[in-house]
Amino acid sequence: MRKLRKKLSLFLLTAVTVVTVLPLMGCHGSRGMDAFVIPEEFDTTRNYEITFWAKNDTNKTQTRIYEKAISDFEALYPNIKVNLRLYTDYGKIYNDVITNISTQTTPNVCITYPDHIATYLTGTNCVVPLDELFINEKYGLGGSELLYDGPSKEEIIPQFLKECSFGEHYYAIPYMRSTEACYINKTYVEALGYTLPETLTWDFIWEVSEAATAKDAEGNFLINGQKVMIPFIYKSTDNMMIQMLRQQNAGYSTDEGEILIFNDTTKDFLNTIAEHVKTGAFSTFKISGYPANFLNAGQCIFAVDSTAGATWMGTDAPLSDISEDKLVEFETEVMTIPQFDPENPVMISQGPSVCVFNKADHQEVLASWLFAQYLLTNEVQIAYAGTEGYVPVTSKAQQSAEYQDYLSRGGEDNETYYDVKIKASKLLLENTRNTFVTPVFNGSASLRDAAGQMIENVSKSVKRKETVNETYIQALYEDMTSLHRLDQIAGAGGREAGKEELGKLPGTAVALLLAIAGAWILMAFYVICGWLKKKEILKKITNKGN
Amino acid sequence: MKKFTAVLLTLALVFSFAGCAKSGEADVNAKSEGVMTYAEYAAAELDTQVVIEAYVQAKQSWWEDKATVYAQDADGAYFMYDMACSAEDYEKLTPGTKIKVTGFKAEWSGEVEIMDATFEIMEGNYIAEAMDATALLGTDDLINHQNKFVSFKGMTVEPSVDPDGNEVAFMYSWDGSGQEGDDLYFNASVNGQTYTFTIESYLCDSTTDVYAAVKGLNIGDTIDMEGFLYWYEGVNPHITSVTVK
Repeated sequence: MRKLRKKLSLFLLTAVTVVTVLPLMGCHGSRGMDAFVIPEEFDTTRNYEITFWAKNDTNKTQTRIYEKAISDFEALYPNIKVNLRLYTDYGKIYNDVITNISTQTTPNVCITYPDHIATYLTGTNCVVPLDELFINEKYGLGGSELLYDGPSKEEIIPQFLKECSFGEHYYAIPYMRSTEACYINKTYVEALGYTLPETLTWDFIWEVSEAATAKDAEGNFLINGQKVMIPFIYKSTDNMMIQMLRQQNAGYSTDEGEILIFNDTTKDFLNTIAEHVKTGAFSTFKISGYPANFLNAGQCIFAVDSTAGATWMGTDAPLSDISEDKLVEFETEVMTIPQFDPENPVMISQGPSVCVFNKADHQEVLASWLFAQYLLTNEVQIAYAGTEGYVPVTSKAQQSAEYQDYLSRGGEDNETYYDVKIKASKLLLENTRNTFVTPVFNGSASLRDAAGQMIENVSKSVKRKETVNETYIQALYEDMTSLHRLDQIAGAGGREAGKEELGKLPGTAVALLLAIAGAWILMAFYVICGWLKKKEILKKITNKGN
Repeated sequence: MKKFTAVLLTLALVFSFAGCAKSGEADVNAKSEGVMTYAEYAAAELDTQVVIEAYVQAKQSWWEDKATVYAQDADGAYFMYDMACSAEDYEKLTPGTKIKVTGFKAEWSGEVEIMDATFEIMEGNYIAEAMDATALLGTDDLINHQNKFVSFKGMTVEPSVDPDGNEVAFMYSWDGSGQEGDDLYFNASVNGQTYTFTIESYLCDSTTDVYAAVKGLNIGDTIDMEGFLYWYEGVNPHITSVTVK
């Protein structure tokens, strides 16, 4: 049972408060920490105990892979002990990191999202920049002193590595990558008289979803004979909005954090969504529940979720939250998310990255880096990627015979080689060049929340028979700006936002400026007096001469 | 005369208390004007506005001025999800506190709840006794008691299989992928049927007696339980106390 809904709001709590609070704190007090300097040698005569905060998708295989990775690493480095703390959602990790920054107890190594790191970075020298570590001859990527066969920098998929770079530095390494996929009940699509196109489009998905809402006289849906049918369910409405905007080249934000999302294209999307909520053709995870549960019960035709959720999708899915008697037999197709321009598909790149937190003991940081880097070895990458529809982040792992063999065996069983899962991984491998990420800045997590919340609010309002029109959308834009403090994000709205962010000058600064101004006035007074005095003397001399 | 007065006052006091108790019981069913009875609430369509009065039975969580709360009146129970609530007001929501809630009826994975709600604290106090739901397990009638404070008696702890294939009395997270502090899952049977029960870590965290009690269970133990009749793709009771017999 996944029941993660209860933790979703947690993320919101910290995202909005932290932006204003963290800049006041360093990792270790108000001054912050000294920047990390790579030691010349890793001191193996000492023992180190480091903490690794990891995220799993409520998946016991993933837990076991983490445990095995730790145990294998400890066998190579007996002087480093790694303590694992597991989380089942990113929001909770984020919240705990923020709390621990203020209490000086951050983990050493942490699975995270780049958006979150942007917030951690507001603590002085809190997160270790990895640029120098990457290229360190001894302990860097592929370094000579490593006790394992890690990838070189060139062997990390460049696009994935780039996602970990912001503010002109690398602050993380990618760990796994996924995208979103549309899991389709192909049997129902064909029963409705449609054939799946080569690339799924928004027009197609809306048309088929509308067709699936037809009912008989008793109120049963014609397509499944049940009382429940939500043809199209989207898990992450944040992603839905972000990808729709990107596919239309519409504004979301600039790289610097200027907020562009409140535009006419967004309004058009929201109106389209409202139209289909009204007919019952569309709903969301937050409103109705997990897309996988509806899909597997024959109550949904198009379920959009992460490729990292593939093991929950389909009649034969190895993981399921619904009872056997509710499962319906159907053929599952895995396709890219719907597109506006099928010739140029666009989809989000997501998935966990790993950052290293700074500590006073630089040897301890180096030990942490050695472990973080170990997570990129083929052993860990291939094993973990196989637990869901993830892909390894290194070409070394992707091109290995072991991984290629895994990909070629889709459908051999409904566990390791579950075909829906392997199709999901292949979807990302084939579309890596078509993926994108959103700009990372302090507050980008709040903007992401607002993007999704607009879809949720519109959907709820329509279901509650409220009117969604121009006035409603304008009010929604204002509410989102205020609730998520989007007008207080650096670069948010030009001049006004800048003023808001700077605020009143502190008293000490005012006093200093007054003192400087006073000194200038005194100096000017002195110079003028001197000049007048000189002039007077000159006059006297001249008068005497005359 | 003094003795007579004292006896009279004592009797008056006793009767007044008795009167209070009776009126208190009656008040549990009383609703203010414009407030739905439980039957009206149960009959209301999803996504419509509902106004109810009920008594807090347990608080599950509070985040960013939003509280998740179990409440009950004499006729039925309610689950308020992410109800607008300040930190200060959350402290006031002690078990028994009467609240008037205005929100929207919704359903999430089978759980009927009130969303996007606001509330006000009212005069009155009531703590529901646990309804014995043991005989209702596996019946269609069970869902009619959704969210109520219930008990399950004389159940036998059945094995769960952990990730290493071992039979255990409980697991961290539903599949054993969790750790200390996560939700606990365990199985228990009655009349030859086995059901899954949960210690919801937000409702009862790892410092609570029930969390410790479940960690101390052995396969084959006979137990009595109390908890709330939560729903997630079927019945998923959130247990708040376990007693080994």
